[in-house]
Amino acid sequence: MSTFEFLLQGLVAAMEPMNLLYALIGVTLGTAVGVLPGIGPALTVALLLPVTYRLDPTGSLIMFAGIYYGGMYGGSTTSILLNTPGESASIVTALEGNKMARAGRGGPALATSAIGSFVAGLIATLLLAFLAPYVVQIAIKFGPREYFALMVLAFVTVSSAFGDSALRGLTALFVGLAFSVVGIDQLTGQTRLAFGVPDLLDGIEVTTMAVAMFAIGETLFIAAQGMRGPETVEAVKGSVWMNAQDWARSWKPWLRGTVIGFPIGAMPAGGAEIGTFLSYATEKRLTKHPEEFGNGAIEGVAGPEAANNASAAGTLVPLLTLGLPTTATAAIMLAGFQQYGLQPGPLLFATNPQLVWGLIASLLIANGMLLVLNLPLIGLWVKLLTIPKPWLYSGILVFATLGTIGANPSVFELGMLLTFGLLGYVMRVFGYPIAPVVVGLILGPLAEQQLRRALAISQGDVTYLFTSPIAAVLFVVAALAFIVPLILRIRGRGEVLSQMAANED
Amino acid sequence: MSLNHPTSTTKQRRPDWAALAIAVVLAVIAAVIFFDVARVKGAAGYSQVGPATVPEWIAFGLIGLAVWTAIEAFRGEFPVRDRQELGPIVWVVAGLIAQMLLLNRAGFSIATGVLFALVAAGFGRRKLWLTIPIGIILCLCIWLIFAGLLQLSLPAGPLEHLFL
Repeated sequence: MSTFEFLLQGLVAAMEPMNLLYALIGVTLGTAVGVLPGIGPALTVALLLPVTYRLDPTGSLIMFAGIYYGGMYGGSTTSILLNTPGESASIVTALEGNKMARAGRGGPALATSAIGSFVAGLIATLLLAFLAPYVVQIAIKFGPREYFALMVLAFVTVSSAFGDSALRGLTALFVGLAFSVVGIDQLTGQTRLAFGVPDLLDGIEVTTMAVAMFAIGETLFIAAQGMRGPETVEAVKGSVWMNAQDWARSWKPWLRGTVIGFPIGAMPAGGAEIGTFLSYATEKRLTKHPEEFGNGAIEGVAGPEAANNASAAGTLVPLLTLGLPTTATAAIMLAGFQQYGLQPGPLLFATNPQLVWGLIASLLIANGMLLVLNLPLIGLWVKLLTIPKPWLYSGILVFATLGTIGANPSVFELGMLLTFGLLGYVMRVFGYPIAPVVVGLILGPLAEQQLRRALAISQGDVTYLFTSPIAAVLFVVAALAFIVPLILRIRGRGEVLSQMAANED
Repeated sequence: MSLNHPTSTTKQRRPDWAALAIAVVLAVIAAVIFFDVARVKGAAGYSQVGPATVPEWIAFGLIGLAVWTAIEAFRGEFPVRDRQELGPIVWVVAGLIAQMLLLNRAGFSIATGVLFALVAAGFGRRKLWLTIPIGIILCLCIWLIFAGLLQLSLPAGPLEHLFL
């Protein structure tokens, strides 16, 4: 019952005019930036973080939640109309959605993805609200070793469980971890890896790193591809509204997508794309119109989009209750919390319930706003897709550097931005994933603290880490998450690839 | 990508030099970590766990990954890379460096306006006499919004002082 009361209190807080305004600004900016091709939710959140610097924590986090959900929505618009998904989680949407758009059914495709996202977001946010207190109950019992085990699990799932190479995922993670030890050690005050540079004493800024890797790295990568053929934006022809048959074919995939997506986001199981792939496969098996799959089946848009948004809400469960980011976007949101000295976790629910519940409630509100914003204003977002590349990327770099300068107006910080941008570019060229670097950078110091606390308790005995049942189970799951995909890649790798290839032009 | 996966080694028998270079870089990072944290080893307390412990674990991990990368490099298991065009990259990097150099002397608008124009040049819009002024005006507007309204501390130069 208390959950319900807390949620109501949160709703009252979120309904304050200023907070409503912040949410509105957040979803508008989030959608606008998320729609831009090549910009996923992680970069959207990182780019817009500086905008919130001068707000109070509640307002800033509410705006943030709006940006997060808005970015997810915007990505689906891009993939339906442009066939170049702005985020990995929208790849599946592009398969069927772009086919629908080419067949002149772009309107219903956008509508089913918007309404599906709304339904999934609504259910998943409510699940988040009612699940979070139970996870907090469990989390209170966690000691340093359980936390460390949980973080190891997150490291494995983010880096090596998914994606196409365990080696490159792990390398990206360890690069992030290596950067995370730069600066003053939090437990002893010793300086590590700062090489006498005062700017490095505070460590490497997560937002600088994220913006450099995602924005500058991506810009360099796109620039280096040269003038390849221009992408065509599919015009939205006909009505945006879905007809009765569309509704009949959409509502079950929405619910199934939610059921598939939420747990995958809530477990430390990596990104949202897994849920979208599973949902797509499910819809393909259950559909009464198998001949339409590959040619624009509405179920193939409705299900994965719902799964996508449900897992976006799901990732907030470990983030809010355990302080554990399982995606790059969540990692940057954690950086957003930290800029106010807030550490998400069970304690935050006790010490600052208004903030946590205000945030959860504002997710519900942001979700509703997005539905209103997306259906009628779709024409406006489509216009954003037609911005020519030179202006688009010049603008992205202006905003990327604006954020860094606004946070810390120093030439050194801009130098870091350039250096990490080049690193991000080289990593893209060689097929390294970017998210593990960001997650490693932010989670590294937290994992180190827990590990050293645990080892201090055991006086240096490493076996102590594995002797708690919860920790042992988590380590076993982490080991499985590392080994099973290695085996699967040998056997089943071609299957996923051919499924993707079969739907290509 | 498993180590005992012979089918993907068909294309080339020559080692992948770029991938080998990555392995070397990883090993160098590990060496730098070992070298640097050797200073703070004395700070480990009774439990032998100190500020050097975790960096050393990370460095060991990096060495392992360097070896693994080297093995894949010799087997030619790294993905095929597309041809990269260097010209546009030079433009974009030049823009970022120009902004860095100009920022504290000329202020936010001029520095970032130059960045804007050089990035656009990297993507094929080479009319700098047009794009630089456009960029500066755009960035001046951004400065007025963010420094004026949102109170971000963006460095002011001669242009910005006209509005102060």
